[in-house]
Amino acid sequence: MNVDFTAGSLLVPAAWGLGFVLFSALNVMFLVWMERKVSADIQSRWGPMVRGYHGSMQLLADMVKLLIKEDILPAAADKKMFALAPFLVFIPALLALLVLPIGPGLIARDMGVGLVYYLAVPSLASIGIFVAGWSSGNKYSTLGGMRSAAQLISYEIPRSLSVLGVVMLAGTLSMMGIVNAQKSLWFIIPQILGFLVYYIASIAEVGRTPFDLPEGESELVNGYFTEYSGMRFSFFMMGEYVALLVACLMGAVLFLGGWRGPFGLLPQLGPVWLLLKAYALVYVAMVVRWTLPRYRIDQLLEISWKVLLPISLINVALTAAIVFVGGEWLRGLLG
Amino acid sequence: MAVRADDDLIAKLGDSIESSSSGEEGLVLTVKPDAVRAAVSALKDAGYEYLSYLTAIDRGEVFELVYRLCSLEPLRDGAIKARVPREDAKVGSITHLFKGALWQEREVYDLFGIVFTGHPNLTRILLPDDWVGHPLRKDYEDERLERRPNVY
Amino acid sequence: MEETKELTINMGPQHPSMHGVFRVEVVVDGELITEVHPSIGYLHRSFEKMVEARTYAQIVPITDRLDYVGSALNNVGYCLAVEKLAGIEVPERAQYLRVIAAELNRISSHLIALMASGLDAGALTILFLHLQPREKLLDIMEKLCGARLTYNYARIGGVSGDIPPGLADDINAFADDFLKTVEKLKRFFFGSRMFRQRAEGIGVLSREDALSYGASGSTLRASGVNFDVRKAQPYLVYDRIEFEVPVGSAGDSYERALLRVEEMRQSVFIIKRALEQIPEGRVIAEGVPRLLAPPPGEAYARIESPRGELGFFVVSDGTPYPYRLKVRSPAFSNLSTIEAIGPGCMIADFVITVGSLDPVFGEVDR
Repeated sequence: MNVDFTAGSLLVPAAWGLGFVLFSALNVMFLVWMERKVSADIQSRWGPMVRGYHGSMQLLADMVKLLIKEDILPAAADKKMFALAPFLVFIPALLALLVLPIGPGLIARDMGVGLVYYLAVPSLASIGIFVAGWSSGNKYSTLGGMRSAAQLISYEIPRSLSVLGVVMLAGTLSMMGIVNAQKSLWFIIPQILGFLVYYIASIAEVGRTPFDLPEGESELVNGYFTEYSGMRFSFFMMGEYVALLVACLMGAVLFLGGWRGPFGLLPQLGPVWLLLKAYALVYVAMVVRWTLPRYRIDQLLEISWKVLLPISLINVALTAAIVFVGGEWLRGLLG
Repeated sequence: MAVRADDDLIAKLGDSIESSSSGEEGLVLTVKPDAVRAAVSALKDAGYEYLSYLTAIDRGEVFELVYRLCSLEPLRDGAIKARVPREDAKVGSITHLFKGALWQEREVYDLFGIVFTGHPNLTRILLPDDWVGHPLRKDYEDERLERRPNVY
Repeated sequence: MEETKELTINMGPQHPSMHGVFRVEVVVDGELITEVHPSIGYLHRSFEKMVEARTYAQIVPITDRLDYVGSALNNVGYCLAVEKLAGIEVPERAQYLRVIAAELNRISSHLIALMASGLDAGALTILFLHLQPREKLLDIMEKLCGARLTYNYARIGGVSGDIPPGLADDINAFADDFLKTVEKLKRFFFGSRMFRQRAEGIGVLSREDALSYGASGSTLRASGVNFDVRKAQPYLVYDRIEFEVPVGSAGDSYERALLRVEEMRQSVFIIKRALEQIPEGRVIAEGVPRLLAPPPGEAYARIESPRGELGFFVVSDGTPYPYRLKVRSPAFSNLSTIEAIGPGCMIADFVITVGSLDPVFGEVDR
């Protein structure tokens, strides 16, 4: 492989990288604030109100607090792994942004196997979670890590299968190609089953209520990050929010037409449409989180294996049949 | 009906009963310490299926044990009392009859130092394991227990 | 194949969902609990010894600290025992006021228990939504007795003060409003499939075990025993007020929690009827000496606290100090059932099960 390491050729990737970091940092700030406001709304409270307009500066104060907190290394911890784990959780979520089509022709790297890359890379975070749980030297953390391993593996399968229908309809694995294939019809309409499975499995993968068992605070104190404090803790939190955002962004790309406005409205607003769609999905996830109780681990696995997996298999079979029988007609419909 | 049953009960326990009464407080039997188990068992058989509580009173020379048993539907009160000597305070455990006694006997042991023979796990329950003395005995001393009858 | 090993986990005394200072060592096989070793006493203040150095009147405010979630009921129970011993006749108006305070307090206590069961199941919103009615309730209690948590309302011979003018209307308005809250809670939380999946069939306490362990209150009634002190041995004026006692049959965590919701509804009816019936008159008996010295003897009075049969066993030797005061704590007996129903739960179920017993550690440890 011939890679050019001159300064000029590194400029573009560096700009993309910086962009991703800034993008995710800003979004995490907004998401935390949004989560507080959404939860406050559901619980008939105000939420943060003091710092800034409606508490919008609250997160800055929280960040300062987290930065000056003592960094605790438990005596029983495996020190190196303990220090490494937060990054293992945070970075994969960030890496997934690499194949996110932001606007027409606007993508960091339009890989031919973009979708496979997206399905593979963020799941690496589960290794980080498991490492965090195991290295903390705390039984709650260990249990949290184990739960997370079981949960992520079992939700990975329906999630991967759920997007298979999209691939069949689009006829490509490239993320750009998938968006382009949704010119006239968003995939949520023919792929409603796939979308639901994808969305539920994604919420589970991100580990939010009702699937937040790895950190289930009522039984496991705080699960795998019980022993983390200060900045290390905030990395886990950031990782979680970035993962949520990425899952919703990708959901928007795969099923909601990506950067395309509804009915081809205002095409110049591309990235804004994408964000709006993603945030709509995020909002639903937040409402779900603050409304429902938590599942138990066996129930959680049951939902994955006995409900989501059959549904996604049915969806794959149906889509395959439709594509096989009415391929020409479908291609005409999708333009 | 209830009164008849109580009479049968008294007859059944025979000599081990020191005194008995049955008034507003229901049936109250005072029995010899070594007959506590038998008495509780007899009451349980007679329909007193619920151990409300068991406790002790420090009466100087003796500890007076009080077991309050009831039948619930409808409510009928009964109590068994027994006096055990302060030195060598021992009484048979009733944990095989009422599981609720598991903790209650531990509490009495903890606070009075009365030993319940036959209890599967007779350890302190409310106080730390290394506590010295049994606080509810009248001779237990602590400067915080000074009486101040201030009338406001 | 490698052998699997059982894991011992220590939960508490500082665990987010142990409802106070409760420590329990659980042995788990994977997520399944095989053994439970509870340990209590972290909040022990030796109440029963402490009161031996206090006069009868001085003890009333200390009883507040037993079951700090339902303190008005503790006052009532204690005063009933002393009044029984000393033969004091309580004016009728005071009896009604005691009923009203006790039932208001029962509602706020059950609200706490329900909020906690929501929390245990991971539904945080239940907590926040029901802080509002509880806040209104505490405002009412504040107007009635001047305090929001430790009421010190019942006094030997009566209550500390009459109901302020206008408060009866406030209470009635609250009661009507609260019935809607209860309906909503029943429909949206207890009716929700997810909570049912989490709590039904979990921590099943059989009728035999419930009786054997001396459980009471909704823990006993959920197991199918119809025992409520208010009905079985009516004290105060409960025999003149019409209400129902809900009885379950399943004995699981869900039923224990559900019975509390129905009890709150019944408490609302009791309050409304008591407000209709309340006669005029004194609120504290005449001629109760400040330094009360009941005749030698003993008395046991029991009431229905939010957790079950709360009893005070008072022994007097004729001095102004009680010779012995035993508290029959319902939370203590209810909690002891955890040894029977804990094993077989999953860790997550165990948390819900402990919560459904609604222990208050001020009362368990005394």
